[in-house]
Amino acid sequence: MADGYMRTAKVVIFALCLAPLGLLLWRGTHNGLGANPIEFITHATGDWTLRFLVLTLAVTPVRKLLGRPQLVRFRRMLGLFAFFYGCLHLVTYVWLDKFFDVAAMLEDVAKRRFITVGFTAFVLLVPLALTSTAGWIRRLGGRRWQALHRLIYVSAVAAVVHYYWLVKSDVRLPVFYGAVVGMLLLWRAINRRQAPPVRTTQPAPAGSRG
Amino acid sequence: MGEITPKSVYMNRRRFLSAVAGLAVARAAFAARLTGAKSPYSTSEPQTSLNDVTHYNNFYEFGTDKTQPADLAKNFKTVPWTVSVEGEAGKRQVYSLDEILKLAPLEERIYRHRCVEGWSIVVPWIGFPLSALIRRAEPTSKAHFVAFESYYDPRQMPQGKYAGIQLPYVEGLRIDEALHPLAILAVGMYGETLPNQDGAPIRLVVPWKYGFKSIKSVVKIRLVEKQPPTTWNIANAHEYGFYSNVNPEVDHPRWSQATERRLGEFFKRKTLMFNGYGKDVAQLYAGMDLRKYY
Repeated sequence: MADGYMRTAKVVIFALCLAPLGLLLWRGTHNGLGANPIEFITHATGDWTLRFLVLTLAVTPVRKLLGRPQLVRFRRMLGLFAFFYGCLHLVTYVWLDKFFDVAAMLEDVAKRRFITVGFTAFVLLVPLALTSTAGWIRRLGGRRWQALHRLIYVSAVAAVVHYYWLVKSDVRLPVFYGAVVGMLLLWRAINRRQAPPVRTTQPAPAGSRG
Repeated sequence: MGEITPKSVYMNRRRFLSAVAGLAVARAAFAARLTGAKSPYSTSEPQTSLNDVTHYNNFYEFGTDKTQPADLAKNFKTVPWTVSVEGEAGKRQVYSLDEILKLAPLEERIYRHRCVEGWSIVVPWIGFPLSALIRRAEPTSKAHFVAFESYYDPRQMPQGKYAGIQLPYVEGLRIDEALHPLAILAVGMYGETLPNQDGAPIRLVVPWKYGFKSIKSVVKIRLVEKQPPTTWNIANAHEYGFYSNVNPEVDHPRWSQATERRLGEFFKRKTLMFNGYGKDVAQLYAGMDLRKYY
């Protein structure tokens, strides 16, 4: 894939990843958040965190199935957007739901298991976001970096459980996400030996390949 | 005292239109004006907007998303309607809506309404005390509880099977709770008959309890001897008790009940014991462990 084409593709994908936030902001300024805006924002940011986690996890199976290894170049962006929406979801809870009441939040994390598991899902993404660059792959070495970044599996499962434990009775969506995450992890379990080595240097410029 | 006129007029108008047009009129399109006499039980707090109260509904028969009932209940057929009063009663009877409206003069009751999920609204209901209907039924000495049942029709409520709760929706009150002057049967709100998504054409409102006890679209009221089953208790007994009195000191297992978001407000409020109706209802629970009887 030519470098210019890749750059354009990344800009387009980046813009698409920001679209959910853009839509939220548009709704916010056009009275489109409903009767309970803070609840709407909390749910929307949570939904998109989960969706981006799923998209990130889907990159490897999709690139193998389509025979397009270069799709891995979008994986970091998708993962970071999962973290981004996770941050928005957390900020909404900390600020607009709890108003920075630390005691209340500590009690929530300790006593309310859906918050415990949700908070866990977020915390697991922090080291992944921090070590998402090529520099860190070099620093840690490919094998250790890969091992660390497997935490996304735990985070995705924790996110699904968080969702399942917070709904009152209609479990359809959490179960659906659970099935999707389950299939993405199952695919990996089956295809373990074929996992591509992690690149520690930038790929050779376009044109130097056949 | 209360002006009931528009209701019978509009119902006749509908029948006339149906007969003439020969087709099913969109039942939900009509909202008749209702007025109720002022009541000392009303709060003077600012009322939630009608737009919010009609577009944010937990009515799982019409979808589990809060914005779905406004859409999916549009064609809910609420005419004709009957309420069957049954059980441990000297006078068991099936009432038409017109007959129920003759039981007592309509009052306006502006009540706080607190959902178990942690949000609240203030709604100007129009209705009459449930006690008027109960007393008319002449409860026997065995009538210790009142059981309620909602309308359920899978054809009109196709989303109901995904609700995760058993339908038809059922609820219950202890007889002294049902006879309390605060408990009303509401037939209107904001000066009009109830919108479909808010529990048309007649619903219960028990303002000192969590909102799910205020059962919508009532078709059966049965006086019974034993504590009746209630839908959310069947779905999850650990989380939803029979009494479900608003109580900031007793947490829901999954979230705190100490605060609530009044729709339309940015900051959260402290939840009040019995939703602020303690001076009227606390005596009903004197000596009861409200942590045990949640």
